[in-house]
Amino acid sequence: MERHYLLGNEAIAHACLESGVGFVSGYPGTPSSEVIDVLRARKDRPYHIEWSVNEKAALENALAAAWCGLRAVCTMKHVGLNVAADPLMTSAYTGVTGGLVIMSADDPFAHSSQNEQDTRCYAHFARVPCLDPSNVQEAHDMMRDAYALSEKFGLPVLFRPTTRVCHSKGDVELGKAVASTRKGEFHKDPKQYVVIPANTRSLHRKLNEKQPRLKKRLVVLGYNHYIIRGKTAVIASGIGASYVQELLPSDVSFMKIGAYPIDEEWLAGFISQHEKILVIEELAPEVEEAARQVAGCVPVLGKKNGYSPYEGELSPQTVAAIMEKAGFLKENRNMVPELIQNLPLRPPILCAGCHHRATFYAIKRVFPDAIYPSDIGCYTLGLQLGAVDTTICMGASITVGSGIAHSGDPRDIVCTIGDSTFLHTGIQGLMNAVYNGAKMTVVILDNRTTAMTGHQPNPNTGITATGEEMPPVSLDAVCRACGVNFVETVDPYDLTGTINALGEAKKKDGVRVIIARQMCVITARRAGVKRGRYTVDPDACTGCGTCIRFGCPAIEFFEEKARITELCNGCSVCAQICPAGAILREGKR
Amino acid sequence: MNSSFDILIVGIGGQGTILASNILGEACLVEGRHVKGAETHGMAQRGGSVDTQIRIDGKYGPLISPGTADLLISFDLLEALRYAHYLKTGGKMVVNRHLVLPTSVFTQKMTAPTEEEIIGHLGKYRPCLIDADRIASEAGSALAQNVVILGAASWSIPLRPESLLSAIKTLVPPKTVETNVKAFEMGRDAGRSC
Repeated sequence: MERHYLLGNEAIAHACLESGVGFVSGYPGTPSSEVIDVLRARKDRPYHIEWSVNEKAALENALAAAWCGLRAVCTMKHVGLNVAADPLMTSAYTGVTGGLVIMSADDPFAHSSQNEQDTRCYAHFARVPCLDPSNVQEAHDMMRDAYALSEKFGLPVLFRPTTRVCHSKGDVELGKAVASTRKGEFHKDPKQYVVIPANTRSLHRKLNEKQPRLKKRLVVLGYNHYIIRGKTAVIASGIGASYVQELLPSDVSFMKIGAYPIDEEWLAGFISQHEKILVIEELAPEVEEAARQVAGCVPVLGKKNGYSPYEGELSPQTVAAIMEKAGFLKENRNMVPELIQNLPLRPPILCAGCHHRATFYAIKRVFPDAIYPSDIGCYTLGLQLGAVDTTICMGASITVGSGIAHSGDPRDIVCTIGDSTFLHTGIQGLMNAVYNGAKMTVVILDNRTTAMTGHQPNPNTGITATGEEMPPVSLDAVCRACGVNFVETVDPYDLTGTINALGEAKKKDGVRVIIARQMCVITARRAGVKRGRYTVDPDACTGCGTCIRFGCPAIEFFEEKARITELCNGCSVCAQICPAGAILREGKR
Repeated sequence: MNSSFDILIVGIGGQGTILASNILGEACLVEGRHVKGAETHGMAQRGGSVDTQIRIDGKYGPLISPGTADLLISFDLLEALRYAHYLKTGGKMVVNRHLVLPTSVFTQKMTAPTEEEIIGHLGKYRPCLIDADRIASEAGSALAQNVVILGAASWSIPLRPESLLSAIKTLVPPKTVETNVKAFEMGRDAGRSC
């Protein structure tokens, strides 16, 4: 046994190696991305590994591998599971031969997400087991054992770590990586794999018949356990359990739920030995609802009677407040000192020299009164530039745009969508918009990578997850194949060219596409691209503030003059917009 | 009940808070001690305010409650002020004497306190102010500022300096070991009198 200080996701990735995983797929999404990033970076890879174009594609690939008898893992963030929900629901019916683990990482507090949905609800809905680790070591151990659990019941297993598990660190005991000797082989069995009504009815019955044994097994495996110490009890799940354990008085009983479905009989036996129960869990009241069903006359305190919140993430501080309110802690010992108010905020921001900023600037110049539906990626930060009016889910910029266009609002519609998001679920929206006669402009913000989640390659990058070269997909050809007649590719650092192309698009009818292509500044820096820095000539600067409103973090305003800091990546766009011509390349005058 | 030594490391995305946390974690392994930590990744990271939490001898969750941190390490003056309420009474504060103004100050015309005002506000915490840029440059690279600060803070950290040095040697790129070791030692010297 070796001990390492690892990120939750690194420990999870290692657990897959220890289980002899033979197939790895997924789509990047915070906080799940590092699992595949770790597995694809290894020199020795006795498994197929891919970044799929979206979560549905990823899960269907992994499911097929599990049908062929391989151990397979498919990773995504919680909202990715919505995209993969279609295969998820029916994969519970068809079942699997090799172990299939679907990691769907939840993000309470929406640190990096558009909502706070709870993967445990999907597990309940699909009737598949769900493992909910409370710390890094447990995340490792549960992931390691999940494949065997999947194989024992012939069911996919949902593995649901949260941000505070994926992105927390701890000293972890790792086992040995083993290479799978399994050879994938598909055995034809239409009764199992062709879900026509006659087959699916019997598969549904079989799925339901697995449930009682599954519930018992999860208790036997020790994921759900308790200790009786008094007449009152706290039941906690996931990371909430670790906060409770830090605070729990010695005369209060404790039950930890780490796996679902919960065995009701076992739960009832515990509750009946107590006079009052407090349930502490993040997001949905999954445990609380199970507890209420079997509690009889024993009062259950939780979300439904206002003791704990439905939203946000728990912390030692919030758990202490909940326990105090419920009468489980005498006093909240953590006196919170006063916060210093009114400090200027430092939210995340598009990088200095990010070409999305230049594209947004050009869009606002050409279409000052338009509606700007946007999408999920770094460019959502265009909100700060007033260039993002809607964001709902992956690929929805184009469909929301066409919906607004058909609703009769006379304003121009300019959608923005990144290349990875366009390939994820944007293409269908584009085809739909053309087919149904929408009038709108679509700007594909093409940085040839999936930047926000850590620069994972996609079919537009021209390399695979393992660095193998592949012919890159042509965004231009895809758009034309969808029926778009006006498709122009521009370099957003060339502001005039970009403005002209957008101006041309504005004159056209139907759906028009501009592909704004430039390397992500982070990728460019890593590749050694040096563009030189820009500087302000203080004698020429009139202090008009045009460059400040451009919003680049490399530009400051000091004593009524603009000033460019060492963050400058040399994109030159500020020099192009300065009305006084006061911004110059460093060393040139 | 809380027997861990809790350190909050704050700064701006890209300043190297995660490497600093990795060094502390690795040093705990060297001494065979348990450790828990939490980090900021993803969207929240792009040039934004970031915090990394480390609990030496931590057994439970990774998060530190406000008012309970034993040590606050900040790579930026403004961020030190933003997170100061995490310190417990009598907790130690080690701060890079360096201020990056957030872009919001210019784009949204928010007023920012000056360096002197911030240092004034921080006065009651008796911060150890370190000119990490100068020291790191002297050590060989301005990029080693995070290691300088760690060196300065090492007097307050319940880990042996040799363990921290051994962790640094394991974790930094091989070509930069010498610079980083020097940065740590010079930082430690600068923090001696705090």
